[in-house]
Amino acid sequence: MPMHRKDWQASHKPPIAETGSLNAGVAIIPQDLFSECDPGPFVCELSPGRAGDNGAAQTVRDRICAIGLDGLRARATAAENDLMSLGVTFTVYSDANAIDRILPFDCIPRIITASEWRKLETGVQQRVAAINCFLHDIYHERRIIRDGIIPADLVLGNSNYRPEMEGFPVRFGTYVHICGIDIIRDQHGDFRVLEDNARTPSGVSYVVENRHLMRRAFPDLLAGMSLMPVDDYGRRLREALTEIAPEGVDDPQVVLLSPGIYNSAYFEHVFLAREMGVPLVEGADLKVEDDRVYMRTTAGLRAVHSIYRRLGDDFLDPTVFRPDSMLGVPGLIEAWRRGNVALANAVGTGVADDKAVYAYMPRIIKYYLDQDPIIANVETHICREPEGLAYTLDHLPELVTKPVGESGGYGITIGPRASQAELEASRAALIANPTNWISQPMIGLSVGPTLTDEGIRPRHLDLRPFAVTGRSTWVLPGGLSRVALKSGSLIVNSSQGGGSKDTWVLAEEASR
Amino acid sequence: MNVQQALLARYAESLFWMARYMERLENLARLIDVTQTFESPGLENEAWDALVRIHADETHFAKTYGAPGPDTVKRYYLLDTANPNSIRGSIEAARMNARTLRPLISTEMWKHLNVFHRDLLEVQEHELHGDSLSRLCTRIKEGVQAHTGITEGTLFRDQGWHFYEMGRLIERADQTTRLLDIKFHRLAPNGQEEKRLEERTQWGGILRAVAGYHAFRRIAPVDFGPEDVVAFLLADPCFPRSVHLCLSQTEWHLTQLRTSYGLRGTRKPLEQIEDMRAALLERSAEKVIEAGLHEFLDGMQRDLITLAGEIGTAFFRDWRPNAPPPQAQSQAQTQSQMGSTLPEAGPAIAP
Repeated sequence: MPMHRKDWQASHKPPIAETGSLNAGVAIIPQDLFSECDPGPFVCELSPGRAGDNGAAQTVRDRICAIGLDGLRARATAAENDLMSLGVTFTVYSDANAIDRILPFDCIPRIITASEWRKLETGVQQRVAAINCFLHDIYHERRIIRDGIIPADLVLGNSNYRPEMEGFPVRFGTYVHICGIDIIRDQHGDFRVLEDNARTPSGVSYVVENRHLMRRAFPDLLAGMSLMPVDDYGRRLREALTEIAPEGVDDPQVVLLSPGIYNSAYFEHVFLAREMGVPLVEGADLKVEDDRVYMRTTAGLRAVHSIYRRLGDDFLDPTVFRPDSMLGVPGLIEAWRRGNVALANAVGTGVADDKAVYAYMPRIIKYYLDQDPIIANVETHICREPEGLAYTLDHLPELVTKPVGESGGYGITIGPRASQAELEASRAALIANPTNWISQPMIGLSVGPTLTDEGIRPRHLDLRPFAVTGRSTWVLPGGLSRVALKSGSLIVNSSQGGGSKDTWVLAEEASR
Repeated sequence: MNVQQALLARYAESLFWMARYMERLENLARLIDVTQTFESPGLENEAWDALVRIHADETHFAKTYGAPGPDTVKRYYLLDTANPNSIRGSIEAARMNARTLRPLISTEMWKHLNVFHRDLLEVQEHELHGDSLSRLCTRIKEGVQAHTGITEGTLFRDQGWHFYEMGRLIERADQTTRLLDIKFHRLAPNGQEEKRLEERTQWGGILRAVAGYHAFRRIAPVDFGPEDVVAFLLADPCFPRSVHLCLSQTEWHLTQLRTSYGLRGTRKPLEQIEDMRAALLERSAEKVIEAGLHEFLDGMQRDLITLAGEIGTAFFRDWRPNAPPPQAQSQAQTQSQMGSTLPEAGPAIAP
């Protein structure tokens, strides 16, 4: 039920103030917990008064103040204990010890307005469409290479390029059925794509679990809010996997193929199998006979038609890729090539989410869809192109330079934080091998008020929406908001101290 | 017929073993509890030694601890993760299986097991002594009973449930034979008349350890003898922990799998159950004791391993085509005449 402005204001009043007024005239005014949460030069994702917000952010702020710091902390601790008991965890391996960790949950939600979401949603759909066109093209006619839009070696020399895919048709031209796109918001308030994840992106289970957690631990924050639901992901995913099953199969058997309980994302695999209502299988559960795939059940072999695999290309089939893979299924790729089983995502999609290819994404979108990107890239200078190199060398102290190769994360130089010597080293590397480099301006990621040991403070955020594509593309409203819990940190990665927030997409106004 | 929902062979095996390990945990707590009550001054080592022997753990134990004594045996069975038959080893294995089964079991089952696991890993050395030990054993027992209750109330009753129940029943039957055996090890022959009263107290202890004292007193003669207790624990048709009842229930589950789910391969395990029941009921308890109770119990343990092996061959092994054949034969062959049979281990789950 959409909410009208009047209702917002009615529920606006912090409940504790009302009880205070009964208390012999001593009004208890909740402390303003946000007084030291100045976002500085960055955009705040819970700032009141955004267009279309209709008071939601202010309501959340007031309700949080009414709960008070102690209340927030007690409930947050209880909520995190709950996650631990439920085993909503990922596994970190160190020194042969497996430690189950929860993804730290920050109880202060991030709010996306309906109009912001429309833009994000269509932007993601556009991006997925372009990626699928691109993959189809490079594994077939390669028009985009012949037309000189993207250099051949970037595609054909890419370690994620799979010659096995050449000339092989996939249903509806969909290669990337599940896509996670990392988006940030810059200092001007514009959303930008930071990275595409077109292989086996993870994190969607936290989107749903965070909302459940919110409902259990903070029902008073959610009360009366009209949000877009996040419960539909399993159904949509199952639908897409059913759509892509081989033609002529009436009631296709869908399975989720997991590397097993030792995989750090095992919880998510369990979650997705459950939400879809399909078996979670491991490689050893599957068997290929006469180029058909079966699973081993108590009643013998049973046919499988559609596989959501959470296993990298390399591990899928030891007869085709890594021969030492114990996780895969011998003969799977041949069964797939013969059209007897569907795989999601398709093999060879990694070439589309490569860092170097990312830089060309605006041109890829333009080329296939004849559209400008709805969500821009982070401005990227391609050093293999003379203008890009010249610009980068001229502005080195302001830019972040990144190697495009596989070893992402390494070799990055952050200009504004680098010493003179580091800048000179970077300059030398750029000149020596320009094709290996791209550069980007330093982005001031937006922040969200976050509960920390010092109180509520601004912390940097990103957003990973998830898109599911069979015949068409559906985007789960919101996505995973990851938050860098350390002050000033831009690293939201869960393995490096990142946490997550419940992400609220406000429903459309009824009067629209 | 309900053949709609297929069950992965791997899941069936995991359910079977999760149940076994949980049941083993409960019974080990019962065994430890009763061992402590048998501990008489001057004979402590002997009492705890029996625990090691009925698990056929002598060699493994000696490697780490040398000669058995109260402290080391308790540590070995309660705290030692290197001992797969310990409380920690069993809960670890049960949780691993539960983790595999998360798509199948209820959230409540998983949550309880997860928390129980954490609780057992935090057991401290000082809880193994004096009156703390009995309280700890009760805590373990009640933890498993909570698991059993949650399972009863929440686990979906499709074919997976039958495999879960069979694992529990087979383990329970095995543990009942071991519990009886501890008595054998404790007070072998030389039963003099003046020891009769003390003997009766100890039989009472055994019955209490399996929560069977009350039921036993209802049906047994006032002046009961060892043969009455043996008959009750092995052959009683109504006592939940008697081998006989466990076998009958296993038989029912197998029959259900055939009739309701159309599973073939039930013939061999069903025949095995018939043979075992015949062995249980054909001779009186007096005769069994006369011929050697320990040997009889050892035979039962081997038969149970064979039964589990038959079930495995029929329903589980297919997912691990290269797995070694069921351990029954090879293990039975290596048993010495007087030794005890090793408890069977579940699916290999090493990383």
